[in-house]
Amino acid sequence: MEVVSYRSVETFVQHIPEVTALGVWIKAIIILAVISAIAGFGTYVERKVLAFMQRRLGPMHVGPYGLLQIIADGIKLFTKEDIVPQNANKFIFMVAPVITAATAFIALAAVPVFPDFTIPEWIPVIGGTFVPSIAADLNIGILFVLGMMAAGLYGPLLAGMAQANKWGLIGAARTAVQFLSYEVVTGLSILAPIMIVGSLSFVDFNAAQAGGIANWLVWKQPVAFVLFLIAGFAETNRTPFDLLEHEAEVVSGYATEYSGMRWGMFFIGEYANMITISVIAAVVFLGGYSADGMGWLWIMLKIAFFFMLMLWVRAAWPHVRPDQLMWLCWKVLMPIAVINVVITGIVMMV
Amino acid sequence: MYEAIAFYLFSALTIGLFLITVMSKNVLYAMTSLAAGMVLISGFFFILGADFLGVVQLIVYVGAVMALYSFAMMFFDATRDIKEKNTPAALVFLLGGLSALVLVLIFAGPIHSDAIQALYPMHEGVGNAQDVGIVLFTKYLVPFEVAAVMLLVAMIAGIILAGKKMDQSLTKDTSVDDADEILKQKDAK
Repeated sequence: MEVVSYRSVETFVQHIPEVTALGVWIKAIIILAVISAIAGFGTYVERKVLAFMQRRLGPMHVGPYGLLQIIADGIKLFTKEDIVPQNANKFIFMVAPVITAATAFIALAAVPVFPDFTIPEWIPVIGGTFVPSIAADLNIGILFVLGMMAAGLYGPLLAGMAQANKWGLIGAARTAVQFLSYEVVTGLSILAPIMIVGSLSFVDFNAAQAGGIANWLVWKQPVAFVLFLIAGFAETNRTPFDLLEHEAEVVSGYATEYSGMRWGMFFIGEYANMITISVIAAVVFLGGYSADGMGWLWIMLKIAFFFMLMLWVRAAWPHVRPDQLMWLCWKVLMPIAVINVVITGIVMMV
Repeated sequence: MYEAIAFYLFSALTIGLFLITVMSKNVLYAMTSLAAGMVLISGFFFILGADFLGVVQLIVYVGAVMALYSFAMMFFDATRDIKEKNTPAALVFLLGGLSALVLVLIFAGPIHSDAIQALYPMHEGVGNAQDVGIVLFTKYLVPFEVAAVMLLVAMIAGIILAGKKMDQSLTKDTSVDDADEILKQKDAK
């Protein structure tokens, strides 16, 4: 198999205009604004899609087709009383949701979210600024995103431990177990594509898959793709792996005592993580983005597909039990991931 | 200039956070500040341009080691303070003196900064991960393999320790085999 050398990457990078500090600032603000908005809109889409799959109407009363429900929910979240339980560790309790939201957005800094563009010259002050597709183009982008998502573990964990509530504590314990276990699967499953491309940079992944659907890594690494998706569901706390806040067992898990905007920050962080996982899956396995023509639309469609898939799975599958979750991780997914890496290595050597 | 600001900011925050780790009597504060300090240390690697090591610091210390600590913390009541045993004054004196000596040496180090050279300087155009990999698999191959064997030994030992009573269920009554018999026993009661 062909390994992309750094030489070819350099030529790829060269015909992109220079990235200025202003461009990165603008990009950061765009990511923060748009992803927060998408997280809000995502709740509406999720409720609608689930409703249609279950032959219901979903939100219908506020505005046309219930579209203004997002605004109503937003007003509710912002105006709700911010309750801190009496016996809770107040500082940690208040900081925990911020960790979830912050790590989710920091992870998005190293991910290509939206294609790059240049602001038209006629706009005052910021006109002519080139806005890159990746806010911080690290040459180890994938590792950074995985590491930041690993740090996101502390949000639910500290929230559960600080609130002096047994449901919260059980939710926190489940967080630690689930996230730690599935990080192993995420890392090992994405290792095989990394070996083929020979780089940890999203730009290199994109370049390696340029030139049509036949070059997509999903055809070379179907096993890794499926493993990554399953682990991604677990890491973003989606059904069938949403044991951290399983209503029937632990009330709301780590989020039991939270209300108002602090709860909302957990929610935004979760949706931002869903988008991050969708973007990684789209760029690493499904060919990513191309700079010319309708490339920007395709990457949006790919991300939307993964987002939709998460809703679809939620409508179609029941929860798993915690012991089934651990069995699946350590006795099924991890061995398959290791075997996949070994086979990939052998094929590359021969 | 950005780097200088970031460096002093990170240094102050790291020292402050680690001070909280040592001084605090609250488990939760100690753990949180230690984890946050680890994140900030990875910031130093990023400032130095060692992206790969920075991310490894993040994944290994923040994502794995600290998470295991915090998992152990689950067994304590995290919202209460811990009664600490007071250490003997002689030990405090000795350790304090040693740390002061080390600090003086560290601050005096840059006087001879011209004597410090990078043994394995970074190559232009080659990524961080490649540079680390090349050194790791040539010069430091033996320590690398020894570390791998050590981890393997630790893993096997862990499995054996944890797996001693694996064939017995903790939740199920082992004297009763199937659901029918459980029901029968309930009826009998």
